[in-house]
Amino acid sequence: MIKRKDFFGIKDMSADDIRYILSTSETMKYILNHKNKKVPHLQGKSVVLLFYMASAREKLSYQMAAQHLSANVVDMTRENFGNEKLRDMGQLVDQMGADFIILRHPMAGAASLLSENVSASVINAGDGYNENPGQSLSDLLIIKENKKSFQGLKVAIIGDIIHSRVSRSNIWALTKLGADVSVGGPPTLMPSDLEKCGVKVFYNAREAVKDADVIITTKVRVEDHEKNIIPSFEEYKSLFRIDENLLKYAKKDVIIMHPGPIMKDIEISSKVIESDQCIINDHIANSVAVRMAILYILSQTGGIIK
Amino acid sequence: MKDIIKNVHIVSPYYDINKIYDIEIENGYISKIGENLYDDEAYVLDCTGLYAISGLIDMHCRIGDPGFEHIEHIESASMAASKGGFTTLTCQPSTKPSIDNKAVVDYVISKSRVYSLVNIFPYGSMTIGCEGKEMTEIGEMYKKGIIALSDGDKSIKNTGLLRNIFKYAKMFDLPVITSCDDTSISNNGVMNDGFVSALLGLKGIPEEAEEVLVARDIILAEKTGAKLHIATISTEGSVQLVREAKKRGVNVTCETSPHYFTHTEESVIGYNTLAKVKPPLRNDKDRKAIIEGIKDDTIDVISSSHSPATIEGKDEIFDSAEWGISSLETAFPVSYTYLVEKGHITLPKLVEKMSINPSKILNIKKGFIKENSEADITIIDINNEFTVDSSQFYSKAKFSLYDGMSLKGNVKYTIVHGKIIY
Repeated sequence: MIKRKDFFGIKDMSADDIRYILSTSETMKYILNHKNKKVPHLQGKSVVLLFYMASAREKLSYQMAAQHLSANVVDMTRENFGNEKLRDMGQLVDQMGADFIILRHPMAGAASLLSENVSASVINAGDGYNENPGQSLSDLLIIKENKKSFQGLKVAIIGDIIHSRVSRSNIWALTKLGADVSVGGPPTLMPSDLEKCGVKVFYNAREAVKDADVIITTKVRVEDHEKNIIPSFEEYKSLFRIDENLLKYAKKDVIIMHPGPIMKDIEISSKVIESDQCIINDHIANSVAVRMAILYILSQTGGIIK
Repeated sequence: MKDIIKNVHIVSPYYDINKIYDIEIENGYISKIGENLYDDEAYVLDCTGLYAISGLIDMHCRIGDPGFEHIEHIESASMAASKGGFTTLTCQPSTKPSIDNKAVVDYVISKSRVYSLVNIFPYGSMTIGCEGKEMTEIGEMYKKGIIALSDGDKSIKNTGLLRNIFKYAKMFDLPVITSCDDTSISNNGVMNDGFVSALLGLKGIPEEAEEVLVARDIILAEKTGAKLHIATISTEGSVQLVREAKKRGVNVTCETSPHYFTHTEESVIGYNTLAKVKPPLRNDKDRKAIIEGIKDDTIDVISSSHSPATIEGKDEIFDSAEWGISSLETAFPVSYTYLVEKGHITLPKLVEKMSINPSKILNIKKGFIKENSEADITIIDINNEFTVDSSQFYSKAKFSLYDGMSLKGNVKYTIVHGKIIY
């Protein structure tokens, strides 16, 4: 049982917490496979989506999850509140009686700051380059379904790590669960001292994916002010694209994942995307189940019921 | 009218620290130092068990006047200084408008005369608006009373321009104070680049953002012969660069601030915005290197780096929180506790770094307790501990990295020009 009001990320969770959420997610997935998907777990509760950054996937999955659990869902995006500050917005939402605030914000630590100022449960749906625990847990659920156990599993995370909050969440989760994690990408897209987080860092894709059971690719995001962080996507593709040639170095039954949207033929080759090994679609289904689990678990212990 | 400070240990190269003296002050100057001084009409301040040090001089302090008075104005900064034992403040030119012309220099000096308890000497900015583009009228500002050149916390990107300023400043024998942050490397970073920044998902400022410019500025000083003073260094590499330069005989001095020898990047964990300072708090190896630099005199000066912010500005998400630290009131006790109490340096050495050396670098004829010198004296208690409580700060910035900590070296009295102001 997890006793916490908020859900900021994987970093401060134990391996048991993670396993518990995953097994609850499996129950939720069972519900999702029924004809009537509606269950009463969050009846009479309200969930506010407070999104300072757009993300179709993130919003849809939380929205669907909350609705399946019979909660009232209110969607607030940047257009709705302009430049109002996070603290003020949070308190407003809180005082109107929200039980859950699902926050997506461009700055790291936003969710923890908000939680200090509200009584609602705060769920982090992405904060700066820090964490995106929901996305990470749905990655983990897919891995669990395909590979059964995390212990000793060889996982390679390939691509842009420095701009990827979900990669960080994945690194925390996988290392806690006993997986052997390698990270591969250009040095300019890699945070400093990443080795100290318990992973192996490679600047060569072949070495990084060697004997991998799972390959998780990331979105490569080059922001305007960082034009010279890599010379071109063409060159990136020649060095780090996941294609059949590269997969020869991984285990035969390797699975390939990507958080989407994919830059086809740059991050992953079309052929690999279409292959059975690439499990992007199941992934999307899982993301709703995981978020249902998160909401349900927090409703048991946190929020207004204390 | 005379005053006598009785039974005090004097920390000064001219006197024996272990003996007990009386100091007689007349008309703002020290008229006599001796044993058992007596005058019928004098006001007597008994300082048994206490130490008299020359008034502290802060080389790096942001006073928001003009332009940012809501953060700190001359009056509040001077009161904070008096509580911290500083008898002289300098004033960073990064105000609004910047101290980049003689009129603003005049404003700061004349306002200080009326509102400040302590001496305030302004720095003039090297470039107009501290923007690093056009040289200011250095000579005009010099005539009005600036004592050094600086661009606040900004670094000049245009190396050719900086070289010209170095050369030009020689005409007035003005020290040039540079801050070292190559923004093309630090690139909107908010803390030290390393394990903790990876852990927290915050953008990092690599050490080389500082070191590259330390090296550049040293080379320019070496070639032009300018008097270079490097503001707040924070890394092992910077200490090493200055150490080597000094060995070669380059006319360079440098400073650091207490938080760089007391804290590391780990203080940021939990998104602690009180630890958001520029340059950022570094690693333990850097912290140790800073102490080594202080010990072997590579680092000449310990300044407060007081750069106040509003409490609302600090109570924000880390990325958007204000930079800065409120440190005038803790700089001396923290330095005393972490350097002298821990046995790294002696009390006279600390006084050298916080009073004598700043005076020498800035050429302001202060920093000594001796007969016929100005009576800028700080009386400290090194025996009793006290607890830091930032809510009692005189500074408008009532927050501290040291809140709740027990420190030694409490300031008992601060005397400026013979007047007890604290």
